[in-house]
Amino acid sequence: MSSHSAELPTSENPGDATVGDRISSIVLSRGTPLWWFAGFGLSFLLVMLLLASVGYLFARGIGIWGNNIPVGWGFAIVNFVWWVGIGHAGTLISAVLLLCRQHWRTSINRFAEAMTLFAVACAGLFPLIHLGRPHYFYFMIPYPATTGMWPQFRSPLMWDFFAIGTYALVSLLFWYVGLIPDLASMRDRSRKRFVQVVYGFFAMGWRGSARHWRRYEQAYLLLGGLATPLVVSVHSVVSLDFAVGIIPGWHTTVFPPYFVAGAVFSGFAMVLTLAIPLRSLFRLRDYVTDDHLDNMAKVMLTAGLIVAYGYVMEIFMAWYSGDEFEWAMILNRMFGEYRAWYAALWICNIFVPQLLWFRAVRRSPAVLFVLALVINVGMWLERFIIVIVSLHHDFLPSSWGSFTPTFWDWATFAGTIGLFLALLFLFVRLLPMISIFEMQEQLDREANHA
Amino acid sequence: MSAPHTDLFGVLARYDSPASLIAAARSMREAGYRRFECYSPFPVHGLPEAIGFRSSRLPTLVLLGGIVGCVVGYGFQYWVSAIAYPLNIGGRPLNSWPSFVPVMFEMTVLVAALAAVLGMLALNGLPRPHHPLFGVESFARATRDGFFLCVLADDPQFDKDAVREILVAHEAGEVIDVPQ
Repeated sequence: MSSHSAELPTSENPGDATVGDRISSIVLSRGTPLWWFAGFGLSFLLVMLLLASVGYLFARGIGIWGNNIPVGWGFAIVNFVWWVGIGHAGTLISAVLLLCRQHWRTSINRFAEAMTLFAVACAGLFPLIHLGRPHYFYFMIPYPATTGMWPQFRSPLMWDFFAIGTYALVSLLFWYVGLIPDLASMRDRSRKRFVQVVYGFFAMGWRGSARHWRRYEQAYLLLGGLATPLVVSVHSVVSLDFAVGIIPGWHTTVFPPYFVAGAVFSGFAMVLTLAIPLRSLFRLRDYVTDDHLDNMAKVMLTAGLIVAYGYVMEIFMAWYSGDEFEWAMILNRMFGEYRAWYAALWICNIFVPQLLWFRAVRRSPAVLFVLALVINVGMWLERFIIVIVSLHHDFLPSSWGSFTPTFWDWATFAGTIGLFLALLFLFVRLLPMISIFEMQEQLDREANHA
Repeated sequence: MSAPHTDLFGVLARYDSPASLIAAARSMREAGYRRFECYSPFPVHGLPEAIGFRSSRLPTLVLLGGIVGCVVGYGFQYWVSAIAYPLNIGGRPLNSWPSFVPVMFEMTVLVAALAAVLGMLALNGLPRPHHPLFGVESFARATRDGFFLCVLADDPQFDKDAVREILVAHEAGEVIDVPQ
């Protein structure tokens, strides 16, 4: 992958600048580009919109959303599942590709992990604000309360709490451990005392001792091994929130693997959505090369085909089971009130991604960027179909209803996109977005094998 | 312990490549020194072996963490659901162990991951806000492009001139006395 570095010199860096100098200079010496202020400012406005939406929500209650009976799980759960799914690509890149010795991950794992953390932060917000009384969210935490009450561990909602909690913590640990040597490098490269103290504090006195490196590598590999089952388990547990229920469209055994494939699909789409503009803006095309984009597009295509299989199986099983409610659910999806959303889902997630079979598409950043956006939308539609279309039309016609999102539904969703982007803008400005020591190690390895 | 060097932390040498650092470390070990340490900007393959370091305690810690997480994860759910706060949910058994599997699994991963990170930091003696080497200006290159070897003054056979001789023999970029 880095064989391209020779072909792609950059205008503002002399050829002899080391990889570490280039990556750290983005943070330490190049200054803040104008587009950063524009991007961060726009994201920050959306964060303010989130604050206003959540403030109004706390004052008035969830009646400001389109939620009703029967559609008790509205946008909040759609967005929760969407955001959690996006996080999965970061873990897959950092853990699974680490164990598979896919060295191309080095260029993208740091910001993919950051993306995971921020996506999980956005996800975690939704179940909390979806509670009628959000100030009681801590009832989920098993602690010896004076009331003598304990949580109900036979409920998928408790499994979900533990799955998301573990995922968030392990992702944070993985990201932070990966950062420690780079934080030390930033500490040693910076000239200003305050900057040195801040990076030095978080580097915890790292000095690159051979004994430390040995234990560090062991810990990192073990973390990779521990995070790998999380790639599969987190969205499986999320899918159980649905699959354990009896609603037609939810009560199905295909859900756990189908959710995991969907998560990887949407996650890689989001990594591409971020990587393509970032590598242009920071002139990092020789680190995040067209080969990287090509590889990610292939993973995305594979995951997309598994998702397509899931969609087809849902229809087949509804027909083959002979269950009239299941079949009614499928007919309602295809021809009911939300048929346009279902058609859009097939277009975004199944038909358009078939373009990824073409090498020219996979190697064209602009086309890939648009495709990734389409898939992001498609995966959001998938969750909309699963949550809302299943709930609004269950068993008895007397309990059917309809869901229309309100302004505040959209405002809250847009607000979390703003929060996600604002955190990413801060991340690329304050921390090395590509792992410095892993790049150096890889270049050294390639030099020795050459 | 040699008395004349109480104000000295050690002697530090900088090399320009991983290969010369490994060579210097090998000679140092062959000469009988045991209290020395190498520093590099990235993990150098073969360096821990060259300084005679084998670590096997961390994987054991992680395994123990995983077992503790799993056992506590099940035990706690059993105690809550069957003893402390029994709830009748659709007449199902209080000890519905299949329902306890997801939380057991998550607890296993969580405690093992915490053991990996906290164990690594503890065994490495981190966080450590200050270290005598941080007083050496050029040691900042240890996280950049410098490969360092430091022989500690408390090595039983420490002799400043003999150490310097071995360090220089491997074409050290510079050799520095590090004060305590």
